[in-house]
Amino acid sequence: MQKQAIFQSKLLPYALVAPQLAIVLVFFYWPALQAMIQSFLLQDAFGLSTSFVWFENYIDLFKEPAYFEAILRTFFFSFAIAVSSLSFALLLAVMADKPLRGSMLYRTLLIWPYAVAPPVVGVLWIFMLHPSLGVLSRYLRALGVDWNPLLDGDQAAALIILAAAWKQISYNFLFFLAGLQSIPKSVLEAAAIDGARPMRRFWTVTFPLLSPTIFFLLVVNIVYAFFDTFGIIDTMTRGGPGKSTETLVYKVYTDGLLGGNLGSSAAQSVILMIMVIVLTGIQFRFVERKVTY
Amino acid sequence: MVEEEGFRRYIAHIILWIGIAIVAFPVYLAIIASSQDNAVIANGQMSLLPGGHFFETYYQTIFVGTSGSTREPVGNMMLNSLVMALLIAIGKIAISIISAYAIVYFRFPFRMAIFWLIFITLMLPVEVRIYPTYKIVADLHMLDSYAGLSLPLIASATATLLFRQFFMTVPDELLEASRIDGAGPFRFFWDTLLPLSRTNMAALFVILFILGWNQYLWPLLITTRDDMQTIQIGIRKMITTTDALTEWPIVMATAVLAMLPPVFVVVVMQKLFVRGLVETEK
Repeated sequence: MQKQAIFQSKLLPYALVAPQLAIVLVFFYWPALQAMIQSFLLQDAFGLSTSFVWFENYIDLFKEPAYFEAILRTFFFSFAIAVSSLSFALLLAVMADKPLRGSMLYRTLLIWPYAVAPPVVGVLWIFMLHPSLGVLSRYLRALGVDWNPLLDGDQAAALIILAAAWKQISYNFLFFLAGLQSIPKSVLEAAAIDGARPMRRFWTVTFPLLSPTIFFLLVVNIVYAFFDTFGIIDTMTRGGPGKSTETLVYKVYTDGLLGGNLGSSAAQSVILMIMVIVLTGIQFRFVERKVTY
Repeated sequence: MVEEEGFRRYIAHIILWIGIAIVAFPVYLAIIASSQDNAVIANGQMSLLPGGHFFETYYQTIFVGTSGSTREPVGNMMLNSLVMALLIAIGKIAISIISAYAIVYFRFPFRMAIFWLIFITLMLPVEVRIYPTYKIVADLHMLDSYAGLSLPLIASATATLLFRQFFMTVPDELLEASRIDGAGPFRFFWDTLLPLSRTNMAALFVILFILGWNQYLWPLLITTRDDMQTIQIGIRKMITTTDALTEWPIVMATAVLAMLPPVFVVVVMQKLFVRGLVETEK
């Protein structure tokens, strides 16, 4: 697609793209390239000499059980966050899609958590479920749960998943509501005339028609769980206890921070880059499909 | 309309209110905690009703800060966050709109190559290039500065894409008409294209402001001085989860203050927010 009416100028267009191009080259491509180069290098303990080691950093990484566990953990977190947040948001959206009095108010009261920053989400949830002073912990203990997410890895993981899913409800709700509103009412009426009860109408008509939205949100939620949970993890558990809440992004951060292994940290970055490319690729293929049919 | 008997409607109202309660409870708790005495909270005896320390806590939070290790007033952190958020939002819009203008309204060598270079940055979030980017910013002596906080985040594939799509829908006749009036590329951009883009810019601004205000990983890396930290970083430094010394009322007041501007934007500019969110995700 191209414009027919255009301006003629040799230098002006370059001047116009220059600021963005400069930022993109200096702060995006140059560091990405550095990460790639670094991932093939090994530095000695004193940082005095570096040697080219081909894929050694990558091989070491995959030999490290902690890395493998971080991959599995990240995928598990993504799956758990996506499923819990999506199903709850879908329930709310289906309810809010009904012709109810005050439906605009409901929407307003449900979408604002989108604006809460991940580190703040972490602070809110750790306060609520803090082992010694959390308000909800009292009730959990009254129920006989030995609640201590600061010591118990599984509980810490559950806490991260709950908090991350909580934040994502509003986003999913908004897109589900838009998806539901775009389903033609006539289709549902036809199903009703055929005698389908509301539950059946939902599963046989609404749900299949909503599948593009569900798929889109699934990808968005996975990307969210990969990257935006960093702030939540960092304020709540800092990857612990042990390494029970350390995701891939959190591992890149801590491995590089401890000044340790730059080559390994770079190799981890490159692997993450590949994962992002795959996820974005899936997302775009899907968007294209939506445009064409 | 399909039948919706009264009973089902009641169920819907109830489920929605339960949803709202779940969504709002952690924030309600934060507001309550910020009005109570620290000793009571630390004992785990916190009441679910407001206490009497509300103004006192917020005064101390905004103008003094915690009494512990980070004595930075939260008011100053909010100012840093505001400057960063505005620089990021306005910067992204400004450089994206002019890039899109060049790409749509001019023909020049490497036009599409440049477009793709900008586009592919979508796949390079800061998380995948943390330390090399940090090193460049350090080499440029931009640590602990507003430039360091904002410049590396200013490129925007999404905004460029959005403006490009919008410009493609602007009828060619507008350009021809303004050319007959003797307008050059600057006049056409300023007098015709910019006013037409106003709603798009506003919707984008809402989303980008929230995004900027909520930045975490990047400021965490490049701010070392307390007087340069943003509110999101400040709040992390205030909590020591294993330590009994955390001043919870102040932490919670800071959490509330950190939420206030972006939540306000979402609620007050809801239409623009929804539009911006849907369009940037396309």
